[in-house]
Amino acid sequence: MRFLLLFSRQGKLRLQKWFTSMSDREKKKIIRDMTTMVLARQARSCNFLQWKDLKIIYKRYASLYFCLAVESQENELLALEIIHRYVELLDKYFGNVCELDIIFNFEKAYFILDEFLMGGEIQETSKQIVNRSIEASDMLQETLEEYMSKPAF
Amino acid sequence: MPAVSKGDGMRGLAVFISDIRNCKSKEAEVKRINKELANIRSKFKGDKALDGYSKKKYVCKLLFIFLLGHDIDFGHMEAVNLLSSNKYTEKQIGYLFISVLVNSNSDLIRLINNAIKNDLTSRNPTFMNLALHCIANVGSREMAEAFASEIPRILVAGDTMDSVKQSAALCLLRLNRTSPDLVPMGEWTARVVHLLNDQHLGVVTAATSLITTLAQKNPDDFKTSVSLAVARLSRIVTSASIDLQDYTYYFVAAPWLSVKLLRLLQSYPPPEDAALRSRLTECLETILNKAQEPPKSKKVQHSNAKNAVLFEAIALIIHHDSEPTLLVRACNQLGQFLQHRETNLRYLALESMCTLASSEFSHEAVKTHMETVINALKTERDVSVRQRAVDLLYAMCDRSNAKQIVAEMLSYLETADYSIREEIVLKVAILAEKYAVDYTWYVDTILNLIRIAGDYVSEEVWYRVIQIVINRDDVQGYAAKTVFEALQAPACHENLVKVGGYILGEFGNLIAGDSRSSPLVQFNLLHSKFHLCSVPTRALLLSAYIKFINLFPEVKATIQDVLRSDSQLRNADVELQQRAVEYLRLSCIASTDILATVLEEMPPFPERESSILAKLKKKKGPGKLPDMDDSRRSVNGSTEHSENTDTTNKGSTHSFTDVLNLNSTPSSGASLLIDVFSESSAPPAAIDVSEENFPRFVCKNNGVIYENQLLQIGLKSEYRQNLGRMYVFYGNKTSTQFLSFSSSSPPQLNVHPKAADPMIEGGAQMQQILNIECVSDFRDAPVLNIQFRYGGTLQNIAVKLPVMLNKFFQPTEMMSQDFFQRWKQLGAPQQEVQKIFKAKHPMDTEVTKAKILGFGVALLDGVDPNPANFVGAGVIHTKTTQVGCLLRLEPNMQAQMYRLTLRTSRDSVSQRLCELLSDQF
Repeated sequence: MRFLLLFSRQGKLRLQKWFTSMSDREKKKIIRDMTTMVLARQARSCNFLQWKDLKIIYKRYASLYFCLAVESQENELLALEIIHRYVELLDKYFGNVCELDIIFNFEKAYFILDEFLMGGEIQETSKQIVNRSIEASDMLQETLEEYMSKPAF
Repeated sequence: MPAVSKGDGMRGLAVFISDIRNCKSKEAEVKRINKELANIRSKFKGDKALDGYSKKKYVCKLLFIFLLGHDIDFGHMEAVNLLSSNKYTEKQIGYLFISVLVNSNSDLIRLINNAIKNDLTSRNPTFMNLALHCIANVGSREMAEAFASEIPRILVAGDTMDSVKQSAALCLLRLNRTSPDLVPMGEWTARVVHLLNDQHLGVVTAATSLITTLAQKNPDDFKTSVSLAVARLSRIVTSASIDLQDYTYYFVAAPWLSVKLLRLLQSYPPPEDAALRSRLTECLETILNKAQEPPKSKKVQHSNAKNAVLFEAIALIIHHDSEPTLLVRACNQLGQFLQHRETNLRYLALESMCTLASSEFSHEAVKTHMETVINALKTERDVSVRQRAVDLLYAMCDRSNAKQIVAEMLSYLETADYSIREEIVLKVAILAEKYAVDYTWYVDTILNLIRIAGDYVSEEVWYRVIQIVINRDDVQGYAAKTVFEALQAPACHENLVKVGGYILGEFGNLIAGDSRSSPLVQFNLLHSKFHLCSVPTRALLLSAYIKFINLFPEVKATIQDVLRSDSQLRNADVELQQRAVEYLRLSCIASTDILATVLEEMPPFPERESSILAKLKKKKGPGKLPDMDDSRRSVNGSTEHSENTDTTNKGSTHSFTDVLNLNSTPSSGASLLIDVFSESSAPPAAIDVSEENFPRFVCKNNGVIYENQLLQIGLKSEYRQNLGRMYVFYGNKTSTQFLSFSSSSPPQLNVHPKAADPMIEGGAQMQQILNIECVSDFRDAPVLNIQFRYGGTLQNIAVKLPVMLNKFFQPTEMMSQDFFQRWKQLGAPQQEVQKIFKAKHPMDTEVTKAKILGFGVALLDGVDPNPANFVGAGVIHTKTTQVGCLLRLEPNMQAQMYRLTLRTSRDSVSQRLCELLSDQF
């Protein structure tokens, strides 16, 4: 995988994850290209696009577009399911996730993605395990906070 | 503002985000952000030490501002400080900030590396994972240097937690992609392969990704992974879906792992071990069978996951290209998908079939779906699906169906989306040329192209039709008649005017006998378009007019009047004015003989691959071409030719290019025109068979010897006596690296390749030098074997290198008397080889001379009593001996035949040279 972008129907970028290093200029250009290209698509078109030598896989969930770029030899259908799995994970964490959740808790959206993908490869496909580790980090943070806030004696 | 806030809430952050969302304008947003930045800056600079929570909150705000698209130039240090916090959330935000904002060459890397080192050795799996994620996200060289040897240890250590193993595997994969030289292979590699047997499917999935990438670079080191992968795959495919618990995705057993295993297997040829091979075939059959079973769920996720595995299995079947039954089953399966109600599946089926079409086993099977594909072209609502249909039609086209496919594409072109018109035009032009049996069909097709989609017909396309018409005299009359008729249309595209002007200027005389297309009618027709055309077209028309003056003396006065008019002689455009003035003068002062010489019919263009194909390939991917020539030649031919081959009638070509100077547009014209008239500076287009370009190099030393979608190989060579040096340029046309790149050649000739770099970056070019020594005379050219990994597959390419015996010629000048004396000495029957053959190219004296010189001998003037004959002499240098050589070429214009005679002191040499040279005319 090369990058994952989340943007709204109005073209507002909500999340960007880059799996290879790229200059800010390149990133901005790609974001612009992707939003215009994907937003121009008609409903019920196919979910795949060819862009330069990459495959673009996109899908709309409610008001958000999820747009994933993969190398040409990768499997499109499974890329589509990577997007779906991510949506499921967000859903599980936020409880019926909506665009606002991702705006206000953007850092959580990144953390969840990191539990699931790494360096552009899928890290853990089991939903239970990912959820467990996300919960564990929330827990850890609470415990640590409690632990640290105890007054020294 | 939503209340959602699990774990810790950062109220200040939520308020800030809310404020930004309430901003009515961009200005208001910028103002609010600047206020916040000033606030954060003062907090960071303040005397009071910030607590961890505040630091985290401010860093998070900065991150938010950055992600909105604003520049952030401070706060990095505070983020680095967060890394050494004991609090998980603070550490986590610190790492996130660094992953997003720190580019790989930041000064802070050293500090960050220290923090990572601490976390890696903490033995706290959560902290270790954060650190590994950060390395994978930043992926810089400094990080690779610091941790590339540590991570394999973590990966294979017995006591590492599963989740850390997964992170370590993928982190290592990332480092291997960015800095492969820093990731050492070692004893850990064998242990990594055994992770394929791990109990934890998450570990197996991550390890498979890593192994696939490593195996592409070092296939031998990871050979054992094949049997493990087959075994694992077999267990998954035959398992009941519940066995795999949470790794079952919508009733499909471990789809991600299955696809990765199938991908890993695509790095290798089919297994040689019979048992293993049949087990794999069984797996693939099971997957194909499952496609026919009723779905276990109506959810799209179920069918997607199931079909993802199916498509990957088909990709492996195509990659192996060895089991005809599987290939045919795959083709049938894709055929079903072609009519599926899911658009995605139709798209993928069309795409997959394109690769099947190029396999010899399945080309015919693919062709049976032609009607369905044509139907898709007509009925699909989605342009990207139609695009795939066009690609597939192009891929399945051959001589048997070319006319139908071209006709369908042409009719689709009338309504095609603007975004893909140019590509369709190129494809039609290529197919029409490639499969043209009769060239009238070709001319009709191209004129149709111009009529239907004139704006998308690039210069390459109309240049090409002119090249072909000029080179084939059997089609010239038809072409003249057809363009004449097409020009009758009240509104015709400017490209048609260009083609029409050029062709009538050359061959208008062929239809002038008919009173309906008399010279004056032709001229008036062309001139009626003149005022509607752009400057370059007008310039071309002026050249056509001066050619008319030569062809048809009866319209001379009319044309002179036109040239003399103020709108020409005083035209504001310098180029047009100059042409009008020069042509007018030329027509006034030159005698008919001189006019006839200057304005003679264009000589044939050197036969070469279509430049359109090159253009199509260029459109498809950013290819780079070797810089074959130091400087591009000036269009008007003022630069001397560095090579003496392929040159058409030197004197006249140049004067014609000058006269016809199509290149009056200063913009893009230059390179395109060179493309048409070029000798070898332009890239000849690609071919499929690596031997196909070989004959082109008999009389020249530079050019493109091989090209496919991934790779282009250019050559530049020089020879002195029995030694040669060849510069091979490998151009990676893709945007991804080629790995394990190697090239080798058998030692027939003492070819010494200097070692090539094992990797070629995407878009880059690599040069390799071959030193060549000719030991004794030889027949077979050395073959260059190239191997590399691109994506998941091993690419094998064999290219016959154009090293031929004649390359070791030294030309010998001699007088007539010497020549005949030696000719007599070499009179033994086996020393002479003679061949009579039909001309394959138009018989042109200057071209022939150029080819003989390019062959390497000296051309001896005034030796042969018949001035039409060519005589040459040279010496072949080998390490052991020198072989003197005389040749004589006698053209017979009437019969369109040649007789070639070679005499050398060695029969094998005579034989070989005769074969090589006789093929060139």
